[in-house]
Amino acid sequence: MSNPKSGTIKLSAAAKREQNWGWLMVAPTIIGLVVLNVWPFIQTLYASFCEHLGFGHYRFLGIGNYTTMFKSPEFWKATWNTIYFCILTVPVGIFLSLLVAILLNAKVKGKSFFRSVFFLPMVCAPAAITMVWRWIFNGDYGILNQMMGTSINWVTDSKFVMIACAVVAVWSAVGYDAVLLLSGLQNISKSYYEAAEIDGAGKITQFFHITLPMVSPTLFVVLIMRLMASMKVYDLIYMMVEDTNPALTSVQSLMYLFYRESFVASNRGYGSAIVIWTVFLIGIVTVIQFVGQKKWVNYEV
Amino acid sequence: MNKSSMGQSKKIVTTVTYAALILGSIVMIFPFLWMILTSSKTVPESMQVPPTIFPAQATTENFTKVMASLPFVNLYLNTGLMILFRVVCAVAFSSMAGYAFAKLQFKGKNLLFSIVLIQMMLPSQIFIIPQYQMVAKLGAANTIFALVFPGLVSAFGTFFLRQAYLGIPNEIGEAAYLDGCNQWQSFTKVMFPLTSSSVAALTVFTAVFAYGDLMWPQVVNSDVKMMTLSAGLANLRGQFTTNFPVMMAGSLLAMLPMVILYLFFQRQFIEGVAMTGGK
Repeated sequence: MSNPKSGTIKLSAAAKREQNWGWLMVAPTIIGLVVLNVWPFIQTLYASFCEHLGFGHYRFLGIGNYTTMFKSPEFWKATWNTIYFCILTVPVGIFLSLLVAILLNAKVKGKSFFRSVFFLPMVCAPAAITMVWRWIFNGDYGILNQMMGTSINWVTDSKFVMIACAVVAVWSAVGYDAVLLLSGLQNISKSYYEAAEIDGAGKITQFFHITLPMVSPTLFVVLIMRLMASMKVYDLIYMMVEDTNPALTSVQSLMYLFYRESFVASNRGYGSAIVIWTVFLIGIVTVIQFVGQKKWVNYEV
Repeated sequence: MNKSSMGQSKKIVTTVTYAALILGSIVMIFPFLWMILTSSKTVPESMQVPPTIFPAQATTENFTKVMASLPFVNLYLNTGLMILFRVVCAVAFSSMAGYAFAKLQFKGKNLLFSIVLIQMMLPSQIFIIPQYQMVAKLGAANTIFALVFPGLVSAFGTFFLRQAYLGIPNEIGEAAYLDGCNQWQSFTKVMFPLTSSSVAALTVFTAVFAYGDLMWPQVVNSDVKMMTLSAGLANLRGQFTTNFPVMMAGSLLAMLPMVILYLFFQRQFIEGVAMTGGK
């Protein structure tokens, strides 16, 4: 073992061998991470201060991309769309997931069947799922309008397109989040409920005083994950709304804007600035979550 | 509260529970059902008002049409190979690194592990432009290698399997050591087999996310023969903007392999996700 007082203490032969094995075994992963992630991260950061001249060549520009970005109404709209998407999907999604998890945790027959059904969207590519929903939401012949007797252009009307995307997002994620919450619920010891039963506590009291506090750590994990994923939303919105759709600006997320700027318009410097901003935003939201959790997450079990 | 009224309220709760679960299941299943039904309708029938539920005359023309406009054999193969290589790489490299981080002492361990943690917290899009430029520079665009590239190593896998190895008591490794195993042997022969449930979970996680990923395959492989199923569908959307029966046929073909796997390995899928998500 190393001695804190002297930096160059001699390792025994066995410890030295162990050290070499350690380096050797982490080498592929670490080299891979440096090449695939650390270096690209530095490049993206640098590129966000550059102008892309084409074919991967950049010229230093200073903060130009950021000033352009902060002056761009399209950028602010995309930022708001991203936040709005989170507001529409995360609370409703988490609530429904918790509901499904509680239902699945009850003594019901065919529990594993129901669980598999709710989980099904998770194993289907978002691209395929969104296609179906586009069809259901279709303004002219979609089954939704026909059932409701309405003629709303869900996918092309700027007032409704975000709601349509939010429905698909919640529908896709509810089973996944429910499975995570269910494993949290199953960890709650039955004896708490038995004790509460003896004390004459009703189901609703039990829910707020036992279930909710006990499942709060899992709920927090799910919330953080769902928020992070929603801030990065791309594939669902991209498949729902092509870039010729007149409603694009009402639903375009930051990652969609990033994709269009970086790979369609080839403004990679500007695109890099957008992705840096997104990471910054995710960072802020995550910090707020971690500060806020002290108020409601219960770790004393 | 007397016994009979308690029994009655219990009955109501049970009924409501079943009703809610069945209603939820219908909402979950309906889009899939509608996709299957639409995929075997003719275009005029799909636009009929009021709509027909079952196709008046089931047709396979949508499937022939979609297979003529997208090379589905290639898409299956590309997606399958991408998933296979990503899973093999993630499992092999993450197992080695996870074991070393959990069980071995070496200089720089904490610093190196912090790289893993930081990568996990950053969204993958922040790496995507430089990664694409690397692939382009290597002249590797439109290859299977390009599809696998960002998944050659997995920070999440390393973190996740390190947890698995931390859960194995040190005595087991020491016993192997006393039996004359070196570090590599005690890893491959004793420790690695003990993490099989975590490896299965990582496999499911890696496969499902690689399968659904859209932006990277879209960016890196523009040749339709080298696309994945997801990117192929995005391409299909551009070709058939209003022909929904053909798009439903395409979506059905794209999701079929994973759904079939899911039907056979439901438990592994769900437990895998519960394990990887509950980190």
